[in-house]
Amino acid sequence: MHEMSIAVAVVEQVERAAREHGATGVEAIRLQVGELAGVVPQALEFCFELACAGTVLAGGTLGVEAVPARASCARCAREWAVGMPPDLGCPSCPGVAGELLSGRELQILDVRWAAESAFARADQEG
Amino acid sequence: MCRTLDLQQAVLARNDDSARELRAALAARGTLAVNLLSSPGSGKTALLELELGLARERGVPVAALTADLATENDATRLARSGVPVKQVLTDGLCHLEAVMLAGHLDGWLPAATRLLFVENVGNLVCPASYDLGEGLRVVLASVTEGEDKPLKYPTAFGLANLVVVTKTDLAEAVEFDEAAFRANVARVNPGVEVVLSSARGGHGVGTLLDRALAVLDGEEVHQPVMGRRAGHRHSHPGDHANAHSHELVDRS
Repeated sequence: MHEMSIAVAVVEQVERAAREHGATGVEAIRLQVGELAGVVPQALEFCFELACAGTVLAGGTLGVEAVPARASCARCAREWAVGMPPDLGCPSCPGVAGELLSGRELQILDVRWAAESAFARADQEG
Repeated sequence: MCRTLDLQQAVLARNDDSARELRAALAARGTLAVNLLSSPGSGKTALLELELGLARERGVPVAALTADLATENDATRLARSGVPVKQVLTDGLCHLEAVMLAGHLDGWLPAATRLLFVENVGNLVCPASYDLGEGLRVVLASVTEGEDKPLKYPTAFGLANLVVVTKTDLAEAVEFDEAAFRANVARVNPGVEVVLSSARGGHGVGTLLDRALAVLDGEEVHQPVMGRRAGHRHSHPGDHANAHSHELVDRS
C-alpha cells in the first residue's frame, strides 16, 4: 500500500505552499484521483488523516474527486469510458486507443486555508 | 489573503523530477536502467540471475540492484552471476522511489555499467506509480499466476514497455492459456511485446538482455497507451535521444 507515501507527498506540498503563503491552518484540500492512478481513495483518506497529524494540515478535510478513465480511438476518433478493468480496444472499430483523455490524474487541485479564528478553535479542540 | 489557493500540482511531482534527473544522469554516462516489476514469487530473481550471467559471458558490463522489505537473499543469489550487485532493504516500504534509487547508486554504480537492472519490491500495485528513471519498464508474470493477472493489475501492465511471462516449463501443468493472457495484456496495453521465458529450462533466457541492449542502442521503446495522455504527445516521436525524457513526462 503506497497511499501513505502519497498522503505524505500531499502533506509536504501543502506545507510548502502554506509557508510560502503565510497560512497557519488548512480547512480543505481537493485532490483529483484518476481511475487508473493506482490509488485507492478510501485508503488515501485514511492515511491522509495520519499524515496530517501535527502539521499545519491537521483538522483539514480531504475531498477526493474521482476522474473516470476515457480514451480516444487512434483510428476512428471515437471516445469511450474504458471501464475497470480497462479495455483500450475501440468499441466501434478494430482500432485501439491512441491516448488516454483522462484517468491517470493524481493531482492536488486546490487548498482552502483556514480562517485564523477557525484554526485557533480547531487547535484548542485538538 | 485569498483563502483558496489553486495549487494544481501533481502529487508525485517530486518523484517525477528526481526520476527525470536520474534518467538524464544515467543517459549522460551511457547507462540504461531497466525497472523489473512483478508479484512476489513470479521468478524475477531466477530469470535475472541467468540474464546477468549471460551478460557477463558476453562481456557486457551490467549491474543489478535488488529491493526487498527484508533479507539479503536475492542479492546473494544474483551475486553468483559475478556482476556487481547491491541489496536495498526498504524497511517495510512497498516500492522504490527515484530519490532512494539515486542515493543507492551514488558511489556504487561502476562507471562502465551499460545496463542497470533494478529488481523492484515484489508488488504489482505500488511500484507502478513510481518512475525510477528507467529507460525500459518490464512487467513479469509467471504462468502459475493466472491469465487474468493483467486485468487485476491494469496500471502495472498498462505502463509496461515489455511483458515477460516466466516459468513456462510449468505452463502445461497449470493449463496456462497463453492466448487468453496475451489478449488480456493487449486489452490494457495494446501493442506491447509479450515474451516467454523459463529460467529452469533456459527457454527465452537472453531476450530481456537483448531487448535492453537494443533500447540502449537507440531502438524505439513501445510507448504504452496508458502513459500517453492528451496534451502530452511526443513532439519528436522518432527522436531516440529524447525518447526517454519524453517517456517520463508522459508518466507524470
